[in-house]
Amino acid sequence: MVFAVVLAGGMGSRMGNSDTPKQYLELGGQPIIIHTIEKFFVNEKFEHVIVLTPESWVAHTLNMIKKSMGNTDRVSVIPGGDTRNDTLYNAIKFVEERYGIDDDTILVTHDAVRPFVTHRIIEENIEAARKYGACDTVVPATDTIVESLDGEIISSIPDRATLFQGQTPQSFNAKKLRDLYLSLTKEEKENLTDACKIFAMKGETVHLVEGEVSNIKITYPFDLKVAATMLKGDIDK
Amino acid sequence: MINSIYQLTAPRMIEVTYDEIDLSVPSVIIRPTRLSICKADQRYYQGARSKAVLRKKLPMALIHECMGEVVFDSTGTFKAGDRVIAIPNTPIEDDEIIAENYRTTSKFRSSGFDGFLQDYVQMDPDRLVKVADFVNPDVCSFAELISVAMHVISRFDKIAHKRRDTIGVWGDGNLGFIIALLLNYLCPNTRIYVFGINHDKLSYFSFVHEAIHIDDIPADLKLDHCFECVGGPGAENAINQAIDHINPEGTIVLTGVSENNTAINTRMVLERGLRMFGSSRSGREDFVKTVKFLEENKEAVRYFENLIGDVIDVRTIPDIHKAFDADLTYRIGKTVLHWNK
Repeated sequence: MVFAVVLAGGMGSRMGNSDTPKQYLELGGQPIIIHTIEKFFVNEKFEHVIVLTPESWVAHTLNMIKKSMGNTDRVSVIPGGDTRNDTLYNAIKFVEERYGIDDDTILVTHDAVRPFVTHRIIEENIEAARKYGACDTVVPATDTIVESLDGEIISSIPDRATLFQGQTPQSFNAKKLRDLYLSLTKEEKENLTDACKIFAMKGETVHLVEGEVSNIKITYPFDLKVAATMLKGDIDK
Repeated sequence: MINSIYQLTAPRMIEVTYDEIDLSVPSVIIRPTRLSICKADQRYYQGARSKAVLRKKLPMALIHECMGEVVFDSTGTFKAGDRVIAIPNTPIEDDEIIAENYRTTSKFRSSGFDGFLQDYVQMDPDRLVKVADFVNPDVCSFAELISVAMHVISRFDKIAHKRRDTIGVWGDGNLGFIIALLLNYLCPNTRIYVFGINHDKLSYFSFVHEAIHIDDIPADLKLDHCFECVGGPGAENAINQAIDHINPEGTIVLTGVSENNTAINTRMVLERGLRMFGSSRSGREDFVKTVKFLEENKEAVRYFENLIGDVIDVRTIPDIHKAFDADLTYRIGKTVLHWNK
């Protein structure tokens, strides 16, 4: 079985003046998070869509889902955790308790603030997670990446041809993800904020899925303006 | 839900744009999977339409020949994963007399209304016809063109008199091929003649009684009815040849698109009491008949497979350009896009 995990656990503190978590800001006719959930809701390859939000936003999110998708039992909203790893683990626990996890259980995890994800990216994630056990959606790096260990002088400039920018979805064999997560020390859990990094650090293969430059993450107010412009070219929408 | 739409914004320029799909509207969401390029799409792509037309219709997503897969259906008509042929014509009002495909108010995809170059397409369930999985999906990509031929023949059947010993088809291109092939199956006792200008193209018409170069038509050849599938400047000669060879009270069906007016021998039209009618787009009924035909005639599907030209896997916008460029090199055949963008 394949499950979608929409991660909206963060409070969006980077969004400038607004107190509303960024995933709840309006884009076009509805909140960003609803656009994103709908991408997974319409794809019936997903047995269930699990949305993880701050606890205080669970009820509001359910109301918005009902308004857009009607009374559906294909979407659940549960509280996220304190860290991204904890949030992800809450999703694993949910799937395990309700459906059980076997060798074929796949989790496609996606940022709630990436509503421009395409059908192809989602399909290729499912396929790659089935085939390789884990995958990460990336686009080739366009800017030169400079490494500085002290933040003052350049330590190195890696060859850009070998660098990619990470997007989401990131998709996993649920059993592997659970086992790897449970093997982490407390310190590792705090430092390894990226699930693909956990796989890579533990010697597991993570396959690359080609993303799209349009699959932007709406993090800053500037991003919301870009997203609004992309959607019908109208920044006032 | 945000949807990606790949629009032609100027000749040979395709850009992605985004729009919202409202899931609260009862509808079917399909994912286009196989698409085929039509001459009309190619004319827009190359900018071979008047400036006024381009100004009025662009930006617009091209392609109106599409097979898709049902992704989501809030109407309960289809199951997710069903393979469907999409009908590009969308009627917006009822009319007891005028068919949906000829109503001036109907919207037609890739003609002033976005075509199928989209991530998802939201459609009414009656604009989709389910097709069996065993029918070659690349042939299904141009089922719309086959439905146009089916429509032409259905109207011909209603309008023309019933003596059908001999029928002539002018045109050795895609539509001529499809019409001749359908006639071969739908009128099994008729001798079908095809007339064209390319010997190599005419050689594909092995299933008809005779395929003849237009300069070699025997003077004494008489036809009960004729189909013109030439269009462009060649249409004039084709129509006048048909008038020369048709028996009295025969019917001439016009299907080729011409940008300029065409001079025809009206004296003979009158003298022989001929009927002429035009036919272009198809409607739901024609799609249903086409799908049934494809499901029931495996041999015919193999002939249609001969029309498949380049098959382009499209993952990027440059791949779309590659498909249109490849399509230009074909004198007969259909360019098929495997839509993986």
